[in-house]
Amino acid sequence: MKDMMPDDISGEYQEHMFNYHDGTQRKALFTNIETQLPEGSLIVSRTDLRGIITDVNQSFIDMSAYHKDELIGQPHYILRHPDMPAAAFGDLWKTVQQRNKWYGYVKNLRKDGGFYWVYATVIANVRNGDITGFTSVRRKTSRTKINEAETYYQTL
Amino acid sequence: MTHNFTVSPDFNPGHISGWYIFNTWLQRAINEEIHLELYNSAKEQRKAIADDQVELIYANPYDATALVRDKGFIPVARADNKADEAIIAVNHESPILNVEQLTDGTRISSTDDPDVRMMCMIMLEPAGLNKSNTITIQRDAYILIAKDLLKNDADIGFFLEETYNELSDITKKQLRPIVHSQIHVIHHLLLVGPKLAHKKNDMQSSLLSMADDSKGAGVLKSLNFERWVAVEQEEAEFMIDLMDTLAE
Repeated sequence: MKDMMPDDISGEYQEHMFNYHDGTQRKALFTNIETQLPEGSLIVSRTDLRGIITDVNQSFIDMSAYHKDELIGQPHYILRHPDMPAAAFGDLWKTVQQRNKWYGYVKNLRKDGGFYWVYATVIANVRNGDITGFTSVRRKTSRTKINEAETYYQTL
Repeated sequence: MTHNFTVSPDFNPGHISGWYIFNTWLQRAINEEIHLELYNSAKEQRKAIADDQVELIYANPYDATALVRDKGFIPVARADNKADEAIIAVNHESPILNVEQLTDGTRISSTDDPDVRMMCMIMLEPAGLNKSNTITIQRDAYILIAKDLLKNDADIGFFLEETYNELSDITKKQLRPIVHSQIHVIHHLLLVGPKLAHKKNDMQSSLLSMADDSKGAGVLKSLNFERWVAVEQEEAEFMIDLMDTLAE
């Protein structure tokens, strides 16, 4: 995946180098600018078995600030924010592989370096008994829950 | 043999005659005897489904989940440009301007339509509201929810957006939406059961060409539909996955 580009960033930014579980790296640029998910909006995406994005809805595009063609075919961790500890996602894959629903509070990184908080739910797509991919839905949550999650993630 | 057809009870009562006209049209189109049975509530309809008394249904997304996954129904079509969205509304004089101003003890007027209720409860989450800290007044029809708001018997009302939009202008002037869902990918589906599945292709092709002749177009108009579009299994499965993701 390409490094984030300074020209895409709005505002003062910091840098963080991600070393992903699949051996790839990416330089992420991030700011302190928060974007609120509009009330009533649900972010929907689907991935294949490897976590590669296969479909997104308009709310996903709007909140991520990417174009649709910049998202399809990319790993879902394109949205990973440096403040999200790996441990927060530690049980995601295990949970959904066991065909259980995973949920958690997630700080996502936008293309412009800003961030947005969501309550995320992920389930396995089972067809004819086999897992064929995953569906994720992210929705707005309360500031109280965000504060609790932020405090907890700092301890991980 | 007569097959039973039903429609999710959340449709606008103003379209009852439209569904009867559609049923007559459909019988001719696919050369099958079909009886339209409309139920007063989601509960009554669900009992009929459980008792295998329904073979064709225009189902809300929530019921579609059980019909496809548990009862072997297959998708045929959906109305074009009619995504299912929900609205939370207040009396127009209410001081509440957005969801985050709502507090514990909020009185909710709602029907028992599970998809609308689920979407609206999700929209209350930013205020920290859930089943345990709100009071629900259950009504059989959306017009009764509007009345609850007008009489201040409820603080907020849950509506299917289409139904809200079809309330009278006088009623709508006295209400104010505070939030609209923006999901885009949830729809009512026309589903056919195993006993009528052999007619799926005939039905689908008739429905897809319905807007092309004047009779069919008239029937669509009576339902307030532009046209039908085909729904294949994977599209329905995706919507069902989405509903599963959202369900508690």
